[in-house]
Amino acid sequence: MNILYFLIGCSVLLALIFLAAFFWAHRQGQHDDLYTPSLRILLDDEDEPPQEK
Amino acid sequence: MQPEKFYYDNKTVRNFGIATIVWGIIGMSVGLLIAMQLYKPAMNMGNQYTSFGRIRPLHTNAVIFAFVGNAIFMGVYYSLQRLLKARMYSDVLSWIHFWGWQLIIVGAVITLPMGFTTSHEYGELEWPIDIAITIVWVVFGVNMFGTIIKRRERHLYVAIWFYIATFVTVAVLHIVNSVELPVSAWKSYYVYAGVQDALVQWWYGHNAVAFFLTTPYLGMMYYFLPKMANRPIYSYKLSILHFWALIFIYIWAGPHHLLYTPLPGWAQSLGVAFSIMLIAPSWGGMINGLLTLRGAWDKVRDDVILKFMVVGLTAYGMATFEGPMLALKQINAVAHFTDWIIAHVHVGALGWNGFLTFAILYWLIPRIYKTELYSKKLASFHFWIGTLGILFYVVPMYWSGFTQGLMWKEFTQEGMLKFPNFLETTLRILPMHVVRSIGGAMYLFGVLVMTYNLARTMLQGSLVANEAAQAMPLEPVQTIAKEATWHRMLERKPIQFMILALVVILIGTFVELMPTLTISSNIPTIASVKPYTPLELQGRDLYIREGCSNCHSQTVRPFRSETERYGEYSKAGEFVYDHPFLWGSKRTGPDLAREGGKYGNAWHYNHLMDPRLMSPGSIMPDYDWLLTQQLDTTTTISKINAMRTLGVPYALGYEHKANHDLNEQANGIADDLAKEHIKIKSNKEVIAIIAYLQRLGTDIKANKLANK
Repeated sequence: MNILYFLIGCSVLLALIFLAAFFWAHRQGQHDDLYTPSLRILLDDEDEPPQEK
Repeated sequence: MQPEKFYYDNKTVRNFGIATIVWGIIGMSVGLLIAMQLYKPAMNMGNQYTSFGRIRPLHTNAVIFAFVGNAIFMGVYYSLQRLLKARMYSDVLSWIHFWGWQLIIVGAVITLPMGFTTSHEYGELEWPIDIAITIVWVVFGVNMFGTIIKRRERHLYVAIWFYIATFVTVAVLHIVNSVELPVSAWKSYYVYAGVQDALVQWWYGHNAVAFFLTTPYLGMMYYFLPKMANRPIYSYKLSILHFWALIFIYIWAGPHHLLYTPLPGWAQSLGVAFSIMLIAPSWGGMINGLLTLRGAWDKVRDDVILKFMVVGLTAYGMATFEGPMLALKQINAVAHFTDWIIAHVHVGALGWNGFLTFAILYWLIPRIYKTELYSKKLASFHFWIGTLGILFYVVPMYWSGFTQGLMWKEFTQEGMLKFPNFLETTLRILPMHVVRSIGGAMYLFGVLVMTYNLARTMLQGSLVANEAAQAMPLEPVQTIAKEATWHRMLERKPIQFMILALVVILIGTFVELMPTLTISSNIPTIASVKPYTPLELQGRDLYIREGCSNCHSQTVRPFRSETERYGEYSKAGEFVYDHPFLWGSKRTGPDLAREGGKYGNAWHYNHLMDPRLMSPGSIMPDYDWLLTQQLDTTTTISKINAMRTLGVPYALGYEHKANHDLNEQANGIADDLAKEHIKIKSNKEVIAIIAYLQRLGTDIKANKLANK
């Protein structure tokens, strides 16, 4: 059942990639503001620039 | 700093949208056809290209990768651009991505009915298409990460994290599940065998559900639901927690598909434990979605799009509660191999994926066409017939699943199986199958109504192919001088770093580990288990071609109800030469792991020609083309060679003797059939498949005799 160790390795690898991504996100300040992003996505369409051809 | 002017690409979004609808109709129509085949064998249309075993994979591939796949790309291309305030990285890549993906689907539509299949569920496509998928997936990744790099919004909204997780994980899953040794242009063998292959399949299969049917849709839910309701998500904090918890837990749950099989017990338990844990993040996401509508339920009353979202989220909640329950060993013992699983899957597929897709289409198409939806009434009709369709589909399937699961296990007071004839349990559930297909037809009719509605919407509006927008350019990150250089590097180029690390580590892993892992496996070998004879090997490939494993399992679980019915329970060592494993996941027909020697050759011959001759009422399709088609023996040499490369102990040089042995064994079977007054030439395909069926599970019997 060596394949178990390979697949666990693959899974751990993926987990590590996501862990690294998490730390990156945290250091980047992605989690500093846990409220306004939810509002921001609603705003962008409100005052669209006038349509141009 | 001046705001920058740019344009969103709506054309690619529209194209993916149309592809979603078209493939949805095709995939669901095939689904309806195979549903009817399960109570009316004539619906197999007496022809190999439309028989159940070949087109069931077409249904699953079409709805998962064509319908849901295109819907994912539609949603990602629409929301990613707006969340990042940037056009997609490259129009050329968008074009290649769109057409490449459609080409792959066309490839599937052609090759699957022809019987070109690897037999791995949801990964049936043969190696040339696997390579094409890899290329198109990389194109998608480059396009997405390119857009992330040139974004005008520093913060990555939670939806984007879900998209990134989807990309990275699906890439790894697809590669690991596609390690095949090609034998010819459209035939390959997995390098993995038996139990190991089973684990790879379900590690892939489960995570395909997780990262193809779930994470991208959660990302889309987090973008589109707030937009549709015009209110922020209930808790952004919860969404972040939901995301990280979900992706760390999901990847470990795969082994719950292999409970009570020869997979080591600790691996089964690991899968069960993580499956239970999954309830928390899954329900966190569902609650976050539903609570977004708190105080806005009056909107749900009026807005059909929100109705679709509410039912979709509820279906997600139900499926993600049921999933962990089904992963409990006690429940799995009854539910596995039955229609219960089909019901479970369709709650998710029809409710969660289907309804979210419809909601997004209804919301997005009028917007990019700068018009209103053609008819709200028709959309409302679609909602109600779709919801009823789901109920008419899943309720009979649950009923059927419980019925069959319990009938298989029922003993009389004398300790005998109450329903020793498997067919009896099949006939009992046919009425439920009829109702199920009515539910499916209702659901499909709803989709057709939607198609008409959206087509009229498109005709009355005009596509804004390039939608103008403006945003401030991104300010460069202020790097802090105190920090170490390597860390700054990593921070500046996180995405490149991530991809590079992934590629490097994966290549290293493959080169070093693959041969040792798969070939010199340390599964306990059983002395009497020998490689297949050339004729049996060819017969096995026919069994794969016809998709027999879609309805027949090949693994007996260690329950008295199964050992009484089928024979000794399956051992890991019995499958060491099985490239690929053929355990299946559904018992529409009986298990075949111990089929060898149960019936005579003539029985199998007549049964394959017309199953109803031997088992009146059987729903198995006729396989009469096996009686007329000649077995292709030109492939024997390359097949033996390939198997040897994969570690099957055929002696060197045996490939040249193989066809001689093949003919000898075939003549023996033809002679035996002649004794029963069946005249058939020994070079027909049916001879090979009989040889394979008669071999199944017999090696271990030989072992017992030897030990006596």
